Amino acid sequence: MTDALRFIDDRVSAARPVRKALRYVFPDHWSFLLGEIALYSFVVLVATGVFLTLFFEPSSDTRIYDGAYAALQGHEVTAAYDSALGLSFDVPAGLLMRQTHHWAADVFVVAIVLHLVRIFFTGAFRKPRELNYVVGVTLLGLAVFEGFLGYSLIDDLLSGMGLAIAYGVAMSLPVIGGDVAHLMWGGEFPGTAILSRLYIGHVFLLPAAIATLIALHLTLIVRTRHTQFADPPADERHVVGTPMWPGYALRSLALLALVAGILFTLGGLVQVNPIWQWGPYEPWLATNGAQPDWYLGWLIGALRIAPPVDVVIGGYTVIPNPFWGGVLFPAVVFGVLYAWPWLEQRFITRDRSRHELLDAPSDNPRRTAIGSAFFAWVVTVFAAGAADRMFLAVGVPYTTQVWLFRGAFFVVPLFVYVVARRALRVPDGRPQGG
Amino acid sequence: MRRLWRAIVVLVAVVFGRRTRAEPPPEPPSLEEGVPFERETGAAPRVELVAAALLVASAVPALVFAAGVLAGAGTQLLGAGLGAALLLIGAALAVGANRIVPRERAIEDRPQLGDPEARAEVRQRLGMVGEGVSRRRLLGAAGLTAGAALTAAVVAPVTALGPAVGDSIVDTPWKRGRRLVGEDGKPLTAEDVAPGTFVTAFPEGADKRELGSPVVLVHEDPVTLRLPPGRADWAPEGIMAFSKICTHAGCAVALYRHPKYEPTSYPPGLACPCHYSVFDTRTGGRVVAGPAGRPLPQLPIEIGEDRVLRAAGGFSGPIGPSWWGVRKA
Repeated sequence: MTDALRFIDDRVSAARPVRKALRYVFPDHWSFLLGEIALYSFVVLVATGVFLTLFFEPSSDTRIYDGAYAALQGHEVTAAYDSALGLSFDVPAGLLMRQTHHWAADVFVVAIVLHLVRIFFTGAFRKPRELNYVVGVTLLGLAVFEGFLGYSLIDDLLSGMGLAIAYGVAMSLPVIGGDVAHLMWGGEFPGTAILSRLYIGHVFLLPAAIATLIALHLTLIVRTRHTQFADPPADERHVVGTPMWPGYALRSLALLALVAGILFTLGGLVQVNPIWQWGPYEPWLATNGAQPDWYLGWLIGALRIAPPVDVVIGGYTVIPNPFWGGVLFPAVVFGVLYAWPWLEQRFITRDRSRHELLDAPSDNPRRTAIGSAFFAWVVTVFAAGAADRMFLAVGVPYTTQVWLFRGAFFVVPLFVYVVARRALRVPDGRPQGG
Repeated sequence: MRRLWRAIVVLVAVVFGRRTRAEPPPEPPSLEEGVPFERETGAAPRVELVAAALLVASAVPALVFAAGVLAGAGTQLLGAGLGAALLLIGAALAVGANRIVPRERAIEDRPQLGDPEARAEVRQRLGMVGEGVSRRRLLGAAGLTAGAALTAAVVAPVTALGPAVGDSIVDTPWKRGRRLVGEDGKPLTAEDVAPGTFVTAFPEGADKRELGSPVVLVHEDPVTLRLPPGRADWAPEGIMAFSKICTHAGCAVALYRHPKYEPTSYPPGLACPCHYSVFDTRTGGRVVAGPAGRPLPQLPIEIGEDRVLRAAGGFSGPIGPSWWGVRKA
């Protein structure tokens, strides 16, 4: 150990930075673990994903299915669907890896969203962390996109329906939509090019981008140190917590093992995306009650409650309908998220100074009220995406629900804003500013 | 209601709130950077035993997993095995972090951010590039030209990915006289489309996967039909064909709503399960619910001497999802 350390130190002068790293201080608060859970889900995603790539064939070539799943034997299927079925039924531990990969993706995005909510309501995005916040919001967008590509690859009925919608949304882009969609699909939907194109994005481009941005995210955290709640002797000039070694490293490794343990347990015991039940995709097939992965619910909800309005000039469609729900809505949501640190600075706090200590949500009632309204707005649209399942649960007809959700789209955020403002004014009898 | 909200807010404030300790923190002996001001060492032997037991115990499910993979065990056993092994190791590490290794709290100075002196130097150094250069404008313009041209050159290969949109979507395999066949490729007759059911059909001999191919056949009572002008003979005996591709986002219109009891039920409609656009069949595919912005294109059909269904022409409008410049129809 000593010899090895000296060997390395004499050559690359590692001891100094390592000494600093081992002493690095992490503040303690349970909500700071959400980002770590996302990080460790990503580790599990890469590990299981590499295993899957060794068996999966991203090709639209057709063949006759001859695997272990009797109900599909003799059916013509694509190589993509065939190899995904092979992973599920014939490769040892293949289904475990596939389902764990799927669960890890779902948990990855959950953890990122909760992490974002924590960052938002505690004001952790304020100077000097605006850039890292932008990196984080970008990671959320990439994670959602990466997840969509992943389940679109398999060429089962659900992934085909998702791709059909993606094609429709791409087509709806003003001016360039038709050409963009034709470039991406190599011609008219469904074509034969899309799966291998999605594959390079899913297993290389996006994971590389996500890994790079995670590295940048962590580097920027180290650069500025962590925020923390006021807790003397922690103050604007000092960070207080557990040193990296040994306490925090062990704790974080424990979290990695626990996250991986839970994901593999889920992957083994809780069925997710049973592609053999959906069956192979054909453009003339669709099924009722089809639900995408949860993190796309807000988009399907937006597509569903959009009013049946196309922009038409002289008998020709200019902006087709999927644009509203599939492009405009997510653009507004991400636009608000990206711009928030500057919007808040400019219109709410007028505060451009550096902040190392976190707010409690009650410290800034206007941010908390506007943020609650904003997230409630997105959750409302998300719920609209599940209206067909809600019909089964509560029996309110789908068409009635769409009108209810169109109303809720405007009413819910207003209501939440008003309630939050009134509630925050008197958290414990003490009036708050704002 | 108000109380409830107060309770929620207080709860949120407590959970996220500033950590307040019951007692004031003991005066730290020293707040020197890098030297922990709180330090507790030593582990109870019992705790050490627990951690060791957890680690040893994790070996059992780990080996079960390894053996299970070799023996072709089921997914449940494999997942439970690997999951349990990781959870036990995680528990052991958590015990180790919180009860065995030295428990420390330390303080670090937050870094100074921003250095005006360095900034000035950076600016000066960056500005140096034009020092002593007489034709700065010319060189700048030349550089921009080269950059723009190179960008165009680099972007151009993107066009190899696919054709321009052109007319590929408006062209469908349907033309007058083409027979309608089922998924099995066999011609469909008027008798194959019973009232209240719907049947998926394709143009005989065409690529079934082309978006312009699949149509859905429905059979309504002819007296109930109120088709748009010019479509009087498009629905012989009340049999109608519509494109099966939704004009909203391109999913298959795979649901058919048929009235159970005419006076109280909704009229018949074709619905897309993706976003629930509903198209009224009796009025020739008009949108009655959901987000679709265009009617479902109708295909005129005729019934031959042999009762086989044939197309009597092309669709009433462009099929599939809309794009910039498509005819609204």
